[in-house]
Amino acid sequence: MSGLNLTLHIWRQASAAAPGKLVTYKVANISTHASFLEMLDVLNEQLIGKGEEPIAFDHDCREGICGSCSLMINGAAHGPMKGTATCQLHMRLFRNGDEIWIEPWRAAAFPVIKDPCVDRSAFDRVIAAGGFITANTGSAPDANDLLIPKESADRSMDAAACIGCGACVAACPNGSAMLFVAAKLAHLHHLPQGQPERSHRTHAMVGAMDAAGFGNCTNHYECEAACPKEIARDVMAQLNRDYAKAAFLHRDRATKSDGSG
Amino acid sequence: MMTLDPRVPGGPIEQKWSKAKFEMRLVNPANKRKYKVIVVGSGLAGGAAAASLAELGYDVACFCFQDSPRRAHSIAAQGGINAAKNYQNDGDSIHRLFYDTVKGGDFRAREANVHRLAEVSVDIIDQCAAMGVPFAREYGGTLANRSFGGAQVSRTFYARGQTGQQLLLGVYSALSRQIGAGKVRMFSRTELLDIVVDNGRAQGIVVRDLVTGEIRSHGAHAVILATGGYGNVFYLSTNAKGCNVTATYRAYKRGAGFANPCFTQIHPTCIPVAGDYQSKLTLMSESLRNDGRVWVPKSKADVGSKPGDIADDDRDYYLERKYPSFGNLSPRDIASRAAKEVCDAGHGVGPGGRGVYLDFRDAIARDGEPIIRERYGNLFEMYERITGEDPYRVPMRIYPAVHYTMGGLWVDYNLQTTIPGLFCLGEANFSDHGANRLGASALMQGLADGYFIIPYTLGHYLAGIAANDLPATTSAAFRDAEAAVGARLDKLISIRGTRSVDAFHKELGHILWEGCGMARSKESLTEALEKIPKLRAEFWRDVTVLGSRDSFNQELEKAGRVADFFEFGELMCRDALVREESCGGHFRTEHQIDGEARRDDQKFCHAAVWEHSDQGATRHVEQLVFENVKLATRSYK
Repeated sequence: MSGLNLTLHIWRQASAAAPGKLVTYKVANISTHASFLEMLDVLNEQLIGKGEEPIAFDHDCREGICGSCSLMINGAAHGPMKGTATCQLHMRLFRNGDEIWIEPWRAAAFPVIKDPCVDRSAFDRVIAAGGFITANTGSAPDANDLLIPKESADRSMDAAACIGCGACVAACPNGSAMLFVAAKLAHLHHLPQGQPERSHRTHAMVGAMDAAGFGNCTNHYECEAACPKEIARDVMAQLNRDYAKAAFLHRDRATKSDGSG
Repeated sequence: MMTLDPRVPGGPIEQKWSKAKFEMRLVNPANKRKYKVIVVGSGLAGGAAAASLAELGYDVACFCFQDSPRRAHSIAAQGGINAAKNYQNDGDSIHRLFYDTVKGGDFRAREANVHRLAEVSVDIIDQCAAMGVPFAREYGGTLANRSFGGAQVSRTFYARGQTGQQLLLGVYSALSRQIGAGKVRMFSRTELLDIVVDNGRAQGIVVRDLVTGEIRSHGAHAVILATGGYGNVFYLSTNAKGCNVTATYRAYKRGAGFANPCFTQIHPTCIPVAGDYQSKLTLMSESLRNDGRVWVPKSKADVGSKPGDIADDDRDYYLERKYPSFGNLSPRDIASRAAKEVCDAGHGVGPGGRGVYLDFRDAIARDGEPIIRERYGNLFEMYERITGEDPYRVPMRIYPAVHYTMGGLWVDYNLQTTIPGLFCLGEANFSDHGANRLGASALMQGLADGYFIIPYTLGHYLAGIAANDLPATTSAAFRDAEAAVGARLDKLISIRGTRSVDAFHKELGHILWEGCGMARSKESLTEALEKIPKLRAEFWRDVTVLGSRDSFNQELEKAGRVADFFEFGELMCRDALVREESCGGHFRTEHQIDGEARRDDQKFCHAAVWEHSDQGATRHVEQLVFENVKLATRSYK
């Protein structure tokens, strides 16, 4: 079987400060069994052979779970296949002679580092603001002391499947991180362990999301369509409900008495 | 000359850990903040250690090369985590988990460490549940379990096929809480390039900021390496692309003993290689072997036929035939070798005849497709995405691939390497899995080390050091290490040869897979040991690394890692050559009985520990004593 001959238009940018542009490359005889990133490996080998700097792109596990990979492919975050991260996209989806446009995530909160690599540390800051259950190591009761209905555990798991890749932000016309934040909240709020800090967590994470420079959600739901883990948009409805409540209930943690004397 | 004191406490095995914990010195709560601790790696072991130590009050700095600590390779573990909870009332106990792990490791692990691992396994599940890990549940709300290879009880806890991800997100959330509270300083996209040892102890590390290229030093009272395994020395493995040996190999070069480098695990259920562009191999969780049946055509004439057209009588369910009591759930090393054997004999299926079927037909007929979908849905999807074949209709094709490395830095009972103040956790150390790791035990070990062991043993070490004795990064030792790191990077960039880093890495991987892979012999190892130094010399003469040192440069990152793999690969082959026995994942073709591994307990009941010197590596041994599990031939028949 002969492989694919493709024309690639790839975003090249030397650094955050440098201007970027699309550069056109050709690759030939790409196996339809290769993954999209393996196709880029082949291109990089070509470039190195010619003494040109290879294209930088983020990737690690290459099996759809670490969330490192991040490419806009023909204008779609992670490319054309539903529920699939770039690293699991295979070339059998493309046709001989195709032109493919490859760009970085586009969002103010994700500045470009180089080529299509972006800085997603804003996500880490949002999680650090409240995306956890306070449970110091060693303080846990027996796991079966807390019964959790299977339905709750399953819904929690549905939301926890988020890999933090940032496709939702890249797909959103506003660069909003609502789906990411809402998925983390839903993961924790479907569980009884997540209840004590529910209000504080919602308030803190939404605050951190705004501070990080993400845009507002205006219900386009492009995020849901782009999500490689198919996180459903209903988590955002829950966020909005929780946030409304939290706005009334919120009390700064520093003001509470710890009872010590 | 290296001394290996395992520092195992006396007394009965059930009491050793309690006794050790009581005897350990403590650091006063008010003094803990005066101690600075470096943790390298943010996976289950490193992330859990960094979070737990910060909760205790230590001043922690944590480093990872990925863009976020949430992306450490622990995330890719699919199947589950073992714990001796006995929630299923099926006869499990701490002693049984201990026994299974020692036996599964083919009697090449340290008994006391393994027992402690089994003891704390129960606390891990409690901790993770409290932190909101969405483990699978029964309808009544209790935790669900499943079975894994090498065990006859159901002790594996899981979160769909994403257990590693969910456990890591738990660790990451605890770590994030400490980062938010200012107790952990997190350095992402930062790679360790050297360890500084001075005045007889670890003083800190030299790192490169992968975005700016800046070389920086960090001093600390203690350094913890939790940097994972070295499976990528083979180029093709199930490891993430960034996994590397650099941190542990740099520690080795600075005087830490490296134990059992030849103990590598080949996982039996991976998607076979499709072409020479292949960049990594994808694992299909071992949990699939709970319901999938492994077979090949009995007749070589059938290997090209459609699997559905081959009658049951014409199929060889070789694991069920050879190992009736464990069947498809035989341990990984045994299942991998059995697959190689049937393929070597010409019964393999798929391209190149390097594959066996993993068939769900019978399970789907018995339980119905919805149940199978519920159990393995995302794994089936992943398989279909990669191969374009639907495993609900056509059996999966699988073949063994490099997956895990049992060898690692030698550590004593306190997880301290032979360098005082340098600790090593998780896959990066050698201690718990012997010559073969059982499924669902890697997550257990990573979290045991990070959550429940290092918080005690590190305090014991720090209590012996003055808080004001923080190494200054302006010392000659740091300056020299920085200069050496910089010179090496400059050298790599200045070669400007004709071949890419990946091209060299692929060739090295091929040499190692042929010479030191699923089966090894004196001949194959000797050949590899001749080829590696030649290729390494060529690498340093002809590699091309474009771009600069002072910028984001992924080729330079890879080049440094591959340079270390070249040296490490040689050490691995030397270790395999000296170990004239077969045990676990180390199968020497000269040492077998009826196709099964033949251990030599007279000569090799020890961990081999390599010490580096400029004249070459010296082999030392830690004798292993089995007082609680009787040394016996491992049988799963």
